Amino acid sequence: MKIWIEKQKHLIDFTLASLARRKGKNLGLLFIYGLLVFVLASVALYTHALRTEAQKVLAGTPEIVLQRLVAGRHDLIPPGYIEKIGRIRGVQKKEGRLWGYYYDSVVKANYTFMAPRNMQVARGEIIVGPALERSRGLAAGNGISFRSYSGELHTFIVADVLPQTSELVSADLVLMHEEDFRAFFKYPEGHVTDVALSVANPQEIKNVALKLMDALPDSRPILRDEVLRTYASVFDWREGIMLALLSAAILAFGIFAWEKAAGLSAEEKREIGILKAIGWETGDVIKMKFWEGLLISLLAFLLGYIAAYLHVFHFGSILFEPVLKGWAVLYPSFTLTPHIDGLQVATLFFFTVFPYTAAVLVPIWRAATTDPDTVMRG
Amino acid sequence: MIFQPAIIALLLAASLSLLMLIIASPFAMQVIRHWDITSGSERQLKLERLTYLFSTLVAFVCLVQILSALLFVFNADKMSVMFVGAMCAVGALNVNEFGFPALYLQLALFFLATLWLAINHADSQARDYPLVKLKYALLLAAIPLFALSLGLQLQYFLGLKADVITSCCGSLFSSDAPTLASEVSALEPKPALLMFYGSLIVAITLSGWHWRDKGNLSGYASGLGALAAFVASIAGILAFVSLYIYEHPHHHCPFCILKPEYDYQGYWLYLPLFAAAAAGMSAGVLRVFANRPSLAQVVPALTGRLAGIAAISYVLFALIASLMIWQSNLILLD
Amino acid sequence: MLELTQIRKAFNQGKHNEYWALAGIDLAIPEKQVTALRGPSGSGKTTLLTILGCLARPTEGRVRLKGEDISGLPERFLTEIRRQTFGFIFQQFNLIRGLSAIENVVLPAYPTGRPRKELLEKAEALLADVNLGHRREAKVEWLSGGEQQRVAICRALINDPEVLIADEPTANLDTRLAGEFLGILEGLADKGRTIILTSHDPMVVESEIVNFIVTLRDGKIVEQ
Ligand SMILES: Nc1ncnc2c1ncn2[C@@H]1O[C@H](COP(=O)(O)OP(=O)(O)OP(=O)(O)O)[C@@H](O)[C@H]1O
Ligand SMILES: [Mg+2]
Repeated sequence: MKIWIEKQKHLIDFTLASLARRKGKNLGLLFIYGLLVFVLASVALYTHALRTEAQKVLAGTPEIVLQRLVAGRHDLIPPGYIEKIGRIRGVQKKEGRLWGYYYDSVVKANYTFMAPRNMQVARGEIIVGPALERSRGLAAGNGISFRSYSGELHTFIVADVLPQTSELVSADLVLMHEEDFRAFFKYPEGHVTDVALSVANPQEIKNVALKLMDALPDSRPILRDEVLRTYASVFDWREGIMLALLSAAILAFGIFAWEKAAGLSAEEKREIGILKAIGWETGDVIKMKFWEGLLISLLAFLLGYIAAYLHVFHFGSILFEPVLKGWAVLYPSFTLTPHIDGLQVATLFFFTVFPYTAAVLVPIWRAATTDPDTVMRG
Repeated sequence: MIFQPAIIALLLAASLSLLMLIIASPFAMQVIRHWDITSGSERQLKLERLTYLFSTLVAFVCLVQILSALLFVFNADKMSVMFVGAMCAVGALNVNEFGFPALYLQLALFFLATLWLAINHADSQARDYPLVKLKYALLLAAIPLFALSLGLQLQYFLGLKADVITSCCGSLFSSDAPTLASEVSALEPKPALLMFYGSLIVAITLSGWHWRDKGNLSGYASGLGALAAFVASIAGILAFVSLYIYEHPHHHCPFCILKPEYDYQGYWLYLPLFAAAAAGMSAGVLRVFANRPSLAQVVPALTGRLAGIAAISYVLFALIASLMIWQSNLILLD
Repeated sequence: MLELTQIRKAFNQGKHNEYWALAGIDLAIPEKQVTALRGPSGSGKTTLLTILGCLARPTEGRVRLKGEDISGLPERFLTEIRRQTFGFIFQQFNLIRGLSAIENVVLPAYPTGRPRKELLEKAEALLADVNLGHRREAKVEWLSGGEQQRVAICRALINDPEVLIADEPTANLDTRLAGEFLGILEGLADKGRTIILTSHDPMVVESEIVNFIVTLRDGKIVEQ
């Protein structure tokens, strides 16, 4: 055992020295390898962060949201509509919600106006999300005017700014009093945007939805889990497409690695010949090359991953925001919550180290089995 | 089909492993057909060189097998949010009938690959390579298994439909469902505890004995002991170790312990357990070759060492499991 | 110590350019003596040397090392025997460029797994013996031809082999350096090492340190 460890130490020593002796070639390989890891890891980290962000958005929403359809389009819910539902087993709470979108032509962005149920906002005041704080330069105590869809100007005092937990959740929110909301959007008394139902038992959700469809044929229940799954699969799909496109890059990389390893320089071949002639065994040479591959792989993986992490979480994924983000217009700037996921690291490892190793296996073997007597012949 | 990076990675790994083995198979045939250790002909020299490629390749495939079994479970666990009723890997694996077979086959392939590596190690230490033909025959025989593994994974992933309502660990391992797993889970904690520690002590003793004595009898006995201890350990994890980790008297699940919520404690259990089982069972199988003349020195040394690894790993496993039980706030037995 | 019986070695066997470089060699190398192989170019000296030194396997025939038949051994075991029993000095020295003299000397010992400290001490002692102690950290490509050869000799000795094998050791040296080399060789022979070398150089073959001369022609021994 001790001999084994000592031997591996010697092999690693030799490998480090030989990597250092061929700086140019190895730095090139390291660069390409690291670049591949960087691109793949950026995609994975970015989509993953978006996915968790979306899940966070949805986590606070009710299990079922009921909308009313008129001519196939989402419409206001009139008074008495909720009461028609009656009591449904499993539904803990149902309440109408008041919210709507507002387009701010000054900064060309959409806001979500909302009259919260669980929070008191005084008349004439609003509480805004961090995106507004930034884009309109608002702070507590400032006044701001919005021109409503009917053309009147409404002026509000900013009472507070929402804390910046997850920006996607609250960035564009504007919270106001119910009366202000109705006045701003000209909502008739008693009408609400939609109805939120909370269902405690996840197994019941489907049944509740079926009963709702039965009781109110003009309604459309939206299940949170369904939205979650759709989101998840949309993101997975995008990530998958990206990775599939990139697998072309992986392939190219595999070929590159193959070339590098197969086209061992004459100098390297001579070295392996010498080592074998002076008493190294084929297995020793393979092990030495294995350590070399491992060192390069780990280093490239580490560098690529760290660069990707910085790229996504500190530099706003400047390189491929346009490809991946659907809502870039709505959220002019937002920072993703840094997050590292074990499965993702493992997957990335498979996408990079595995093809590399597979590609260099045969060339390494071929080099390691050169005849030990070749060095005797000039 | 759910198109997900981890799934693509798994399929990629399985197909590449299979592809490498298939490409290598004509050479394996050549070795079987033309191997003649006494000859100094150039063909024989070429074949000997090929054996280096094969052992490197199989070592690589073995490593990939370990990693992809881990990734498979890991991924199933992550996917569980997509299926109604699934809370962990069990639910996701239960979405269709291919999930569990795919996992079992992966684990079986892991054990087979480690066994092959053990045989290879013994063989390459004997000066006449006595097991060479057997080795390559085994390799050829394993190719259909690798193909089956890829097929099962493909079937499983293609058959994933998000709207399937599946049953999770709660129902699969609950004491009143009519499955083998639930029978095991339904074991009373006390006899399960006795069986668990009993079989571990037996396995550790037998392996320790073989470590010292290196004889035939102790070798086979320690192999069987390792197998029995592996089965009993899995049963023990289902029946009570998991309960202590979850601190919940009815949550029998071998997968949830791998989750971050439980600090990945499962890995601490499974790594030594699988290492012990692989080493111990390989030692048992290798004894079959102990009476070949050129292996008479090699095999006892190797099986002794493997038994030593098995003994140490089982001790480690038992200690870790006991520590988890001891630290738990759950009281099953008074 | 080394016995060859009916050794034949073919290159490109079974192809149209099949060539038998050795055509039936019977030879016994005595222990603790210096044996020289000579013969015209292409007569098979180097090929015979690779078989004697376990660098290659004969196509046919038997090789016995201290009575044990090693001709059928796979490369893995042949390498082990080679590492323990033989040290090699090549015509082109074959040092690894970019490494220092002492790093080159310890290379053959890496697979043995001996501790590094022990190896470095031994290598330093060997280098000091050939008056190269002060050059141990120099990169080998900056050394002169004679110095390089002395490094190569130290490398051949690091595993303490019983047999030294040298192929055309003086072909790249001038007369003065060749004389120095013979001096070192004499010292080694006196300490009881078996030495086998090939040479065209009459200065080597006819020097008094050589005990036996074997002459080859067309893959056969013509004089012994
Ligand atoms: N790898 C090879 N493939 C084909 N032919 C070879 C090979 N190696 C050597 N030979 C042939 O075998 C013959 C003997 O070669 P060898 O190198 O043993 O000669 P030598 O006596 O050492 O010659 P020199 O004095 O020039 O070094 C030569 O004709 C050579 O061409
Ligand atoms: Mg020659």
